[in-house]
Amino acid sequence: MTALQDRPLTATEDGPVRSRLVVIGNGMAGARTVEEILARGGAEQFSVTMFGDEPYGNYNRIMLSHVLSGEETDEDIYLNTLDWYADNDISLHAGHRVVRVDRFAKIVTAVHTATGDVAEAGYDKLIIATGSSSFMPRMDGLTRPDGSLTDGVFAFRTIDDTRGMIAYAEHDHHHRAVVIGGGLLGLEAARGLQRFGLSVDVVHAGAHLMNAQLGAAGADILRAGVERLGIGVHLSARTTGILGDGRVTGVALQDREALPCDMVVIAAGIRPNVELAVTSGFTVERAIVVDDFMRTVDDPDVYAVGECVQHRGQVYGLVAPLWEQAGVLADQITGADVTAAYHGSRTATKLKVAGMEVAAMGLQEPERDTDEQVLFAEPKRGVYKSLIIRDDKLVGATVLGDTSKVAFLMQAFDQGLPLPQERLSMLFELGAPSAEVGAAELDPQAQVCNCNGVSKAQLCSAVESGCTSVQGVMDRTRAGKGCGSCKLMVKQIVEWAAGDRVQEDPSVHWYVPGIPMDKPALMRAIREQGLRSVSAVFAALAPDGQEDARSKMGLGSLLKMMWNDEYVDERDARFINDRVHANIQRDGTFSVVPQMKGGVTSPAQLRRIADVAEKWQVPMVKLTGGQRIDLLGVRKEDLPAVWADLEMPSGYAYGKSFRTVKTCVGQEFCRFGVGDSTNLGIALESRFQGLESPAKIKMAVSGCPRNCAESYVKDVGIVAIDGGRWEIYVGGAAGAHIRKGDLLATVDDPETAERLTGRFMQYYREHAKWLERTYAFVPRVGLDHLKAVIVEDSLGIGADLDTRMQSSIDAYRDPWHEAHRPATPGQFRTGLPLQVLPQVPIR
Amino acid sequence: MSAPDTAAPDAQEGPLAVHEAPHRLGPLEQIPVGEGRAFGVDGQQIAVFRVRSGSVYALSAVCPHRGGPLADGQLDERQVLCPLHLNGFELATGCSTTGESPLTAYRVEVDGTGDVLLYLHGAVRG
Repeated sequence: MTALQDRPLTATEDGPVRSRLVVIGNGMAGARTVEEILARGGAEQFSVTMFGDEPYGNYNRIMLSHVLSGEETDEDIYLNTLDWYADNDISLHAGHRVVRVDRFAKIVTAVHTATGDVAEAGYDKLIIATGSSSFMPRMDGLTRPDGSLTDGVFAFRTIDDTRGMIAYAEHDHHHRAVVIGGGLLGLEAARGLQRFGLSVDVVHAGAHLMNAQLGAAGADILRAGVERLGIGVHLSARTTGILGDGRVTGVALQDREALPCDMVVIAAGIRPNVELAVTSGFTVERAIVVDDFMRTVDDPDVYAVGECVQHRGQVYGLVAPLWEQAGVLADQITGADVTAAYHGSRTATKLKVAGMEVAAMGLQEPERDTDEQVLFAEPKRGVYKSLIIRDDKLVGATVLGDTSKVAFLMQAFDQGLPLPQERLSMLFELGAPSAEVGAAELDPQAQVCNCNGVSKAQLCSAVESGCTSVQGVMDRTRAGKGCGSCKLMVKQIVEWAAGDRVQEDPSVHWYVPGIPMDKPALMRAIREQGLRSVSAVFAALAPDGQEDARSKMGLGSLLKMMWNDEYVDERDARFINDRVHANIQRDGTFSVVPQMKGGVTSPAQLRRIADVAEKWQVPMVKLTGGQRIDLLGVRKEDLPAVWADLEMPSGYAYGKSFRTVKTCVGQEFCRFGVGDSTNLGIALESRFQGLESPAKIKMAVSGCPRNCAESYVKDVGIVAIDGGRWEIYVGGAAGAHIRKGDLLATVDDPETAERLTGRFMQYYREHAKWLERTYAFVPRVGLDHLKAVIVEDSLGIGADLDTRMQSSIDAYRDPWHEAHRPATPGQFRTGLPLQVLPQVPIR
Repeated sequence: MSAPDTAAPDAQEGPLAVHEAPHRLGPLEQIPVGEGRAFGVDGQQIAVFRVRSGSVYALSAVCPHRGGPLADGQLDERQVLCPLHLNGFELATGCSTTGESPLTAYRVEVDGTGDVLLYLHGAVRG
């Protein structure tokens, strides 16, 4: 008997007294837990001893199927080599199986699996992480008389199993393999064995493949895909015995012909390893019972973690819950966070099964009459999508083949996010073609951000270099920082590339990056503390009172919306466009767009614009998409004089604000017109001119459902219909993103249309995130909610919204008056003093 | 000003920096607090920034990305953002915070009369 260091409770030479922590199990759960403990400074508190019955360091068991398929070597999958244990001062007893825990003497006893040597270790705290092992169904001929598996029969659980399978499969005389078990592991084994030129059959006792994760309909599509790969599938087939005498020659099936084969892999599920816990007197039901702190219910000094654990009746066989458990256990045992508790996991899996993408979470089928199922199947292409929705929350999803929306679905499932009204958009990416290709399949060289020219490979390399949050990668590569329409794709690629490492950056919920608050909290603080300027907000609410250039514009807009006349306007908070009331162009010149309400002009106005363009040598005069006239290439220093000569108000073609109302000629001239669209358009533009908002707002009014003013694709679009009524659409877009607006209301007169438009705008101004266009805002808060609040006034805030909108309207001043009295010294001084501007060719 | 036992780090740059006559850009008041203004100095385009805490910085005025006018950018105590594509540059060093090539950062100070003095050859870096 070898007495191993039974460490007494003593002070080490250079440290305080450390207690003895023993970990039984050196698999993914045991090693991860120790890593988490060390990360919480556990090395100061504990001297750690680990026992593992495999004679290796710690490896990633999930990757064994990649070793079999040849994608990785067994060297690649080690998580911690033996050096890691030495470096962290952990005594590892690899190859030792613990046979007994004496809870009263606090001693564990282990036996070396090869030599039979016995080792003991005393503990103050104990962690049981014995994991699970392959379930071996009862059948004839499975084992030799000594209990070992018959030659040619393999389990698929350990690195040694995998090495054995590879060696056997490579043998020249072995041509056929049978895999028993049609779950994830069985299918991966089957696919892996094909690599060695074997013909493979899968024998599955269940009625359909992967029955733990998939419903019957999805599994049928998976089966077709698996069969296309050349793998035989035998369902509802019970294996009764292994045929052969000393060497496998086939498997016998109940009520079917035997399948001849040279090797058998058993992947029929796993069973928690609980013998040790049972014999040592711990409470074991399906597995070792633990509380929310990952402690055994029998002994406060003994914890358990991983696949050997039963928590609130659940036993988990996936890695994500195990990571969560390890974190809680480490918080508790080190005292780093004694409030930490494990509340169970909602398991969602995304995997590649035999070359097919599969994602499954929650329910497979609807359970209640009120459950909603959204279903799409395209068997020929191997695509299947099924969503189960209960009370407007995603409670289950199965996705095969096309996994482009899986990142969103997993998040919605995990966090109970509100779902888009348009359920179709949960299945497919609508209006953004590039996102239809899943992150995984996308070619590395494919350009993801078309504004800043960022490829998938550049995103992946940012992740590799340590950026694991979506925001971090966007900051590093500038992907998604142009028009923003690729953000979803960027997010999916980062999540795909970072896998388990992906971190949610809390700043995604902040209104602006420099103040750690979401919009409601920020507005509350601003109101409570009476913060009326951007610098006051930074001083009161930013970390260390630090101002942040990237936050100034958003804060300025918000404060103006909240305080109107009382807003203390600091010019440095403004973006250049808002400082000089014109849109900066690529060469540092500006574009000037005078107001032209509803796109209606006059000969006198046109003549004046023509005179100004000639006098100031405007290089380009162009009609805009919003039915106005754009004077492009105006030098900054000429702006005040140009405005003075124009004698027209600003058209606000530069701000994050209300822009313009596009109209058709309507019933005054058009023989189809049923409403006076131009007049309503002019009224809307007069009323809402220049109002700042989280993002730009474009409107349109069409005089009949032919919709010549494109009202369906505007932030607010109004359509006259027969009978003198008006339809109001919100949340439409036809720029970087295309979306048809949702019908908010149908009203009887233009006055009501104008009032509801104002109420919608005010609600949007108060609740949208910075730079969130209505096409994102409307589906986020939901059309039903908007109808209730704005049309039916269900919250009773309609009158307040109208009042606050009116205050903003009353506070409006035409900014082009600054032509006569500059707001700051050098307001219109050129930013590029020695450049000859404009640089664009004069036409 | 340099003690005799202090080894000059660079024999060529040292004396030049000491004896260079600064360019007088005029009163600080022409630059509003929290903003930048551009100056043509000896054939070069220089943007001078006055941050809210009072410090003054000078950088080359043209963004290396697409030629944007940095004097028109928004700033905080640390960096200026180019108005065209929001690339960031550190005011003190000219180094980009968004992966662009660095700008030249110039030594700049305000004298007793309140004038801004720029040392064109005493580059902080560049």
